[in-house]
Amino acid sequence: MFSSGFTAGAYLIAAILFIRGLKKLQSPVTARRGNRLAAIGMLLAIVATLLDQQILTPAEMIGGLVVGGFLGAVMAKRVKMTGMPELVAAFNGFGGLASALVAGAEIARMVEQQIGFGDPRDNTGAYLSILVGMITFSGSFIAFLKLSGKMTGNPIQFTGRYIVLATCTAAAVGSIVWIFLGGDMVSLIMILGGLSLILGILLVLPIGGADMPVIVAFLNALSGLAAAATGFVLSNTVLIISGALVGASGIMLTRVMCVAMNRRLWHVLVGGFGGDSDDSSDGAKQLEDGRTITSTTPDDTAILLSYARKVIIVPGYGLAVAQAQHQVRELADLLQEHGVEVKYAIHPVAGRMPGHMNVLLAEANVPYDLLFEMDDINHEFESTDVALVVGANDVVNPAARHDQTSPIYGMPILDVDQAKTVIFLKRSMRPGYSGVQNLLFFEPNTRMLFGDAKDSVTDLVTEVKAV
Amino acid sequence: MLPYTTFFILSMFIGREVLSKVPQTLHTPLMSGSNAISGITIIGALVSAGMVGGVWAKWIGVIALIAATINVVGGFMVTDRMLEMFKKKPQDV
Repeated sequence: MFSSGFTAGAYLIAAILFIRGLKKLQSPVTARRGNRLAAIGMLLAIVATLLDQQILTPAEMIGGLVVGGFLGAVMAKRVKMTGMPELVAAFNGFGGLASALVAGAEIARMVEQQIGFGDPRDNTGAYLSILVGMITFSGSFIAFLKLSGKMTGNPIQFTGRYIVLATCTAAAVGSIVWIFLGGDMVSLIMILGGLSLILGILLVLPIGGADMPVIVAFLNALSGLAAAATGFVLSNTVLIISGALVGASGIMLTRVMCVAMNRRLWHVLVGGFGGDSDDSSDGAKQLEDGRTITSTTPDDTAILLSYARKVIIVPGYGLAVAQAQHQVRELADLLQEHGVEVKYAIHPVAGRMPGHMNVLLAEANVPYDLLFEMDDINHEFESTDVALVVGANDVVNPAARHDQTSPIYGMPILDVDQAKTVIFLKRSMRPGYSGVQNLLFFEPNTRMLFGDAKDSVTDLVTEVKAV
Repeated sequence: MLPYTTFFILSMFIGREVLSKVPQTLHTPLMSGSNAISGITIIGALVSAGMVGGVWAKWIGVIALIAATINVVGGFMVTDRMLEMFKKKPQDV
């Protein structure tokens, strides 16, 4: 199918451009060029394919390109930065669907042109592509619904889920085995596709909001593997190479996210951990031993911040929900004018996808060299006057260090408790997604500033101006 | 089959070597950009959509083509939009 030397050469160049492009993502300075390089590689591959085929029915090809291109462009242009997690999930889903359908079309071609299937094992790539691609599609669709708030972000679990899951998995494997044994290809492929759709849904439904960064990265890996499987179907190396690259990227991100939560992928997939913090219930303001929290006001906090030497801002999902990134940047600018050193500390799993906070802050024009990864900034809290925690909780909870009974035990955290003063911007005393009480709230050097993050930071900006 | 498997495994290793050095700051653009690359399946979709003879194969191909094009065009564009925002601290500050 892909025989001519010209096309093979074009595909090789495309694959090289993908690798060069991805390599340029190692630095924010070259990243944009890298992405464009990869896009040029893709264009080259598409043009080569169009030229190589005897274009007998160009209408369908051009129609598909125009419709898909238009829809993709509109989505990419319209999305707000806060809507990025669900858009990434949606694009993932389209990629998985496309890979599965291409494999399906190849099977359909064999049937319709009465080529015959030969040994059913020769089409193993197609079965895998349909399985993985359809799981990616329906799983990403559920992730999209959850991330965009069209469906609850809480884990959805029902009794017998494991039985249904096990039955569907067994049936999917069974249908592939049946094909091997000479069962009817077309109907078994349809059954396999349907079962894969159900599996994707069952996989993502029980995932709580806090585990979303892991599952988004995992679906990213699957979309790459589906493309690679399709490459095996078409005997096309550029698909295999690109799919493997994307698969490796997704697997790496999944690992980074799991390590940052001290959780195994398996435990994440079992689900049930951590819903959306909707602040519907409130936590205790006093501990059994009598320790209480200390509330503070915007004007007190403003004075504390203005006279500080060094402030570290710790953003969390609450910042994204309140869309407070622009106000936070304004506050940081003001403090810098007062001569305060301001830095940002980003926990790897803050937010709903890998790198979520970095994108939001970049949108608010926060220079990326002020954003620090956990390991690079943790030693600096000691010399920090104020740690300002905006909408984060579990990622700064010291229980992760020493409380072996805590579900977040062992998770690496930001050491904000080392700072002279910690200020929490929170809506209420409700615990974080883990449901664990944060004892840091009750420490003598902690102040709680209650309210919506955006309103609180806006008040802080006004007060700092007045100082 | 065997040479393709070799390609697959080698590419996974290249991916690992190249991508493990991507900083956390760029993890979201990495995801959306690499996702756009996984839309390479578009070239398979083009072939199916342009096929003569099989009606089913062709129309499944057309749907695949639309999905893949959304993935490719949207993915690269939104990544570009994101990366445009990543700026360094101005020198005069």
